[in-house]
Amino acid sequence: MSQAIELPVLDAADRDALAELLLAVADDEFVIGFWDSEWTGIAPMLEEDVATSSIAQDEIGHAKALYELLATLTDDDADRIAFGRDAADFRHAALLNHARGDWAFSVARRYLYETADAVRLAALAASSYEPLASLAGKIRREETYHQLHGEAWLRRLAESTDAGRDRLVSGLECLWTDAQEVFAPLEGESRLLERRILAKPMQAMHAEWQTQVRDRLRPICAELPDASPTPDGRRRRTDDFRWLHGEFTSVARSEETATW
Amino acid sequence: MVTAEAVAEARIWDELTHIPDPEIPAISVVDLGVIGSVSVRDRRARVELLPTFVGCPAIGVMQEQISERIGGLDVVDEVEVPISFDPPWTSDRISPEGRERLRLSGFAPPHQGPVPVAGGLEELTVLQVAECPYCGSRNTTMENVFGPTLCRSIFHCADCRQPFEQFKRL
Repeated sequence: MSQAIELPVLDAADRDALAELLLAVADDEFVIGFWDSEWTGIAPMLEEDVATSSIAQDEIGHAKALYELLATLTDDDADRIAFGRDAADFRHAALLNHARGDWAFSVARRYLYETADAVRLAALAASSYEPLASLAGKIRREETYHQLHGEAWLRRLAESTDAGRDRLVSGLECLWTDAQEVFAPLEGESRLLERRILAKPMQAMHAEWQTQVRDRLRPICAELPDASPTPDGRRRRTDDFRWLHGEFTSVARSEETATW
Repeated sequence: MVTAEAVAEARIWDELTHIPDPEIPAISVVDLGVIGSVSVRDRRARVELLPTFVGCPAIGVMQEQISERIGGLDVVDEVEVPISFDPPWTSDRISPEGRERLRLSGFAPPHQGPVPVAGGLEELTVLQVAECPYCGSRNTTMENVFGPTLCRSIFHCADCRQPFEQFKRL
């Protein structure tokens, strides 16, 4: 049985750095969850309607828990963080700026994101900040099902028809550069590493992920170009995302004083 | 000597066994394994809730129901029902009685053992067998690892030709 948690003493700079990390991870989960929910009702088969909707619900649930952790830390409100920000204030990786595209494009993105998220979650589960470590440990178990789904569809499209494979490959090629940005450096990263709030540098996680993904994709597509995370990888926004932001904030904007 | 706290805690555990899961009412929150701990200090109760899935939409309903029912007991003045992920809920926390109740409600209980977090994904594939909760046949196939709620997979029984759901192993 767990006891009252003894939180590590965080000074203002630690808190800012941790808040930046939590916001990055939460926004990734939130935005991919909303993109995937766009498939509800129109996926290529009924089983995928159910699967994609369930995965989207998981991701948005993960985002909610992370926003709540962030809200506790910054004395804010999780709903405000999720639905009360301008599009420019979101900090998701550029990978999630793209509209859902066709099914193969979504499969390509899911594969790239799930593999990156798995590497990141392993590091977060080792965080010295106990509330984050336990939440990440819990989320990891659920993500196992997402990875299974992502890998199954990657294989299915890669081994199906030329058309399926071509669409998958063009999705992977289109998203490859922006996928690196899941590991974009954080401003407060050195502080997070020093305090062991982040157990592994983004650069090391990136190298681990890229090796793993390159090995897996080698039989599927031509060698993907050299690519690395960039400092503004979580600050670039697109019209696709601005449209999605308009969608997911529309209910909250319609009645701003409503309670949920 | 039995303290007032211990008496109150026992009363709370007993009351919790009568609070149903909002989505599968045949099973109590205790048999589902979502109660992490119960403690009482100065007539203030703390019931820690371990969500099955992080995004489970029934969490709020569970918190309200527990607050209301435990708050109605004469052994406490205040109740708080915080969410915790430490320890994480796993499907192995479902009690033997809970597994039987799931089966009687038409759900196959989860496979035993924790879900693999790194590798070992093949253990979760469509090749796995779940026993049909209606006819007991093992001639079943997984139709979809994802189901109508976050915690369920969909199966089909080739003998009684009945679709059924399995509580996901986590």
